[in-house]
Amino acid sequence: MEIPYAVHPRPDTGIYNAKVGIWLFLASEVMLFGGLFSGYVLLRVGADQWPHGWLNVTLGTANTIILALSAITTLLAWVACKVGQFGKFKFFHACTLLLALSFLCIKGYEYHDKLIHYEIKLTDGRIADGHRIASDADSVTIEGRYVTDESQLYDLRAQKNIPRDEIKIPRSQIKSMENYGPWHNTYLALYFTLTGLHALHILGGSIVIGYLWGPGRRLWKTDPQHFTNRVEVSGLFWHFVDLVWIFLFPVLYLT
Amino acid sequence: MEPLVHTFPPYREREAAHAHEAHAHHEDIGFWRQYIFSTDHKIIGIQYGFSALCFMLFGFFLMMLMRWQIAHPGSPVPVIGPLLAKLLGQPAANGVISPELYNSFGAMHGTIMVFLAIVPLAFAAFGNYVVPLMIGAPDMAFPRVNMASYQAYVLGGMVMVVSFFIPGGAAQAGWTSYSPLATTIPTDGQFFWIIGMVFLITSSLLGAVNFIATIIQLRAPGMTWMRLPFFVWAQFVTAFLLLLAFPPLEAASLMQLMDNVAHTSFFLPTGLAVGGQLAHISGGGSPLLWQHLFWFLGHPEVYVLILPAMGIVCEIIANNTRKPVWGYKSLVYSVLAIGFLSFIVWAHHMYLTGMGTKISAFFQATTMIISIPSVIILTCLFISLWGGSIRFNTPMLFALAFLPMFGIGGLTGLPLGFNASDVYLHDTYYVIAHFHYVVAPGTIFGLFAGIYYWFPKMTGRKMNEFWGRVHFWGSLVFMNLVFMPMFAQGIKGMLRRMADGGANYSAARVPDAIGTLPGTIMELHTWILWAAMALGIAQIPFILNLFWSIRHGEKVGDNPWHSTTLEWQTPTPPPHGNFAEPPQICRGPYEYSAPGHDTDFTPQNEPDAPAMTPKTSPAPAAH
Repeated sequence: MEIPYAVHPRPDTGIYNAKVGIWLFLASEVMLFGGLFSGYVLLRVGADQWPHGWLNVTLGTANTIILALSAITTLLAWVACKVGQFGKFKFFHACTLLLALSFLCIKGYEYHDKLIHYEIKLTDGRIADGHRIASDADSVTIEGRYVTDESQLYDLRAQKNIPRDEIKIPRSQIKSMENYGPWHNTYLALYFTLTGLHALHILGGSIVIGYLWGPGRRLWKTDPQHFTNRVEVSGLFWHFVDLVWIFLFPVLYLT
Repeated sequence: MEPLVHTFPPYREREAAHAHEAHAHHEDIGFWRQYIFSTDHKIIGIQYGFSALCFMLFGFFLMMLMRWQIAHPGSPVPVIGPLLAKLLGQPAANGVISPELYNSFGAMHGTIMVFLAIVPLAFAAFGNYVVPLMIGAPDMAFPRVNMASYQAYVLGGMVMVVSFFIPGGAAQAGWTSYSPLATTIPTDGQFFWIIGMVFLITSSLLGAVNFIATIIQLRAPGMTWMRLPFFVWAQFVTAFLLLLAFPPLEAASLMQLMDNVAHTSFFLPTGLAVGGQLAHISGGGSPLLWQHLFWFLGHPEVYVLILPAMGIVCEIIANNTRKPVWGYKSLVYSVLAIGFLSFIVWAHHMYLTGMGTKISAFFQATTMIISIPSVIILTCLFISLWGGSIRFNTPMLFALAFLPMFGIGGLTGLPLGFNASDVYLHDTYYVIAHFHYVVAPGTIFGLFAGIYYWFPKMTGRKMNEFWGRVHFWGSLVFMNLVFMPMFAQGIKGMLRRMADGGANYSAARVPDAIGTLPGTIMELHTWILWAAMALGIAQIPFILNLFWSIRHGEKVGDNPWHSTTLEWQTPTPPPHGNFAEPPQICRGPYEYSAPGHDTDFTPQNEPDAPAMTPKTSPAPAAH
């Protein structure tokens, strides 16, 4: 038994089944991220204070460029299949996979940077804020600065060159310390949830593209059009994931 | 079956194998691939149907336990009390349902009935089995995705069931899982609930994509949009609702998961106190955000529950009145309108949250507007009865009962759609009665009708008519005895979700005190308990009939109801691939009693040539 229009387009709708499927799936993805973005809007509008300048715009820009390049290589990989140049397909999707990997590495570095960043409330009322470089049973050493009030930590846009010193704090002086994880405040909760979900999508897309690039390429020999369709459908998903980042970048990094 | 096997030569052998030896395909694909990891839409449909019916029974038992607790708060559950105590430990100590356990049962009754019973049965089971056959397709567009959808559903169901047995028991925050309650209850039930929901959402997402793609792409030649049976339209719109309404709940579930696991504060406001202590959270979250995201799914979900049942009822009414449904186009446009409008009424579940008058005016208006297409559908179905020579078989009885029962459910919803009256009725038993009338004697009757109606296609045998009628009358009477009193209880002010049925709150012992519940209202609990037990007993004939008829029911031909739609123009049960070649569709779905034909039904795939005799002979006798 063969499912009709699995490979060739149905004449009256003009598309094959998987393309209908992926567009529908992307519609639901729009609603998924739409739900999260509406959560972002509602929480930000209702917040007393909203952090600014907490993320590294340079790295964010780099990741934006990386994803934009990967969109181009994905498109070119599909075009290569369309014109029957399988060698070029392999080259372009190898680039896509490397770009995806670089994106995830940069993202991982950014997460790490946030997770070793501590806000330490001291018994004398001051706050020490900075990146942990060492800690033992008696003391914590951070590279950062003292502030007198938490509100000084919220808007870092104007504070371009904050002096950072190595500060060693005895445990006895620490009232509480918390790193900049999702539990720290609503902004970071949104940051980790949104970019985490997006990173999972990058990972999923990479696995699919990696499959087509690796073991899945056998299909090219037996049914090139079917294979090209798969490349197109996975490419549509990849472009959607890129598009989500185009919204995430300004929303989290630039505003 | 004989006449049609000739029309489908490639399947002759396979058919014969089916009839004579159940395991004939071992060398083909094997038992596991055929029955457990099947990609055949018909097997998947039956898998879904069977699992969903099991979950429905499970949900019903939870309800029975709750009704016992409501009627006799604090007394041990008779008969199965010791078993409960053994299985669930402390929360059911001495066979008494503790308030925590009552909350678990309440939350899980709702979750199981909505997400594991009704939606899988109405949408996935009937949709899988019937839709590809009705549109003349060999299978669903993505058979393996279809299988994955069922497997995700089973995993989700397992997680939900397992959660009863973890320390602290299943989720307790209601099927709506409002935050911050859902986050502050110190047990792991909610975590399991969220994980289970993620599986179930994945399952229905895969199903929805598959249904829409199938209906768009795999319609047989000549099956234009306006020739689709109304059931297919209903499933089409339902699939869109699932596709677009579920993801926001998934987003919300992710955020609640983060709240529970990563200690974020998406839904936890600043200054939240738990157990008299200021909670150690960052705060700044919004409990209302959860409610918005939840009801953005929750309200379309209501139509996910009702539309497939309307589709089933429409098919059965057309078939048993032996005339075309009245207003096919109105039905189609109404169902599309419902689909669209159901996305913009969600906040009528939230009037009590103190929304502004402008917002509530908007949602009141959309809520009233959405009742118009619903009424059009119901009216079309009623008018379809006019002047028909009605056959009162079991499916038709259930379909007919659906109309007034859904009518009661729908009309009692109007006071809940208005802000002013809802503020009074909100969170009372009136609400429970209202939505149960829509779903229980409404949707479930539609589903029973569908089971009795399509059973001969799945098995080649009819279910027993006499016991079907016993099931019908028992269900109709006791459904009403269960739910009708709840309107009275709710109007008198009895709240939902009280583990003791309001015994403490009502202070019925103080006669004439303002704000208390009259003793007569409290006594209704006992009546409802007895009616619920009788309702359970009324299902026994159905269960026995269902299994007994698989092997011993009256043998019937391929088209026992003399139906026009395509699923009856295949061999019974339809072979793998359904049709040897795509059938050519020549006419609309409800050509009953068309003048100039030998029979009172003209199948959709019968060629136009007037001289030809119908290809499908009416119901050959059992051979």
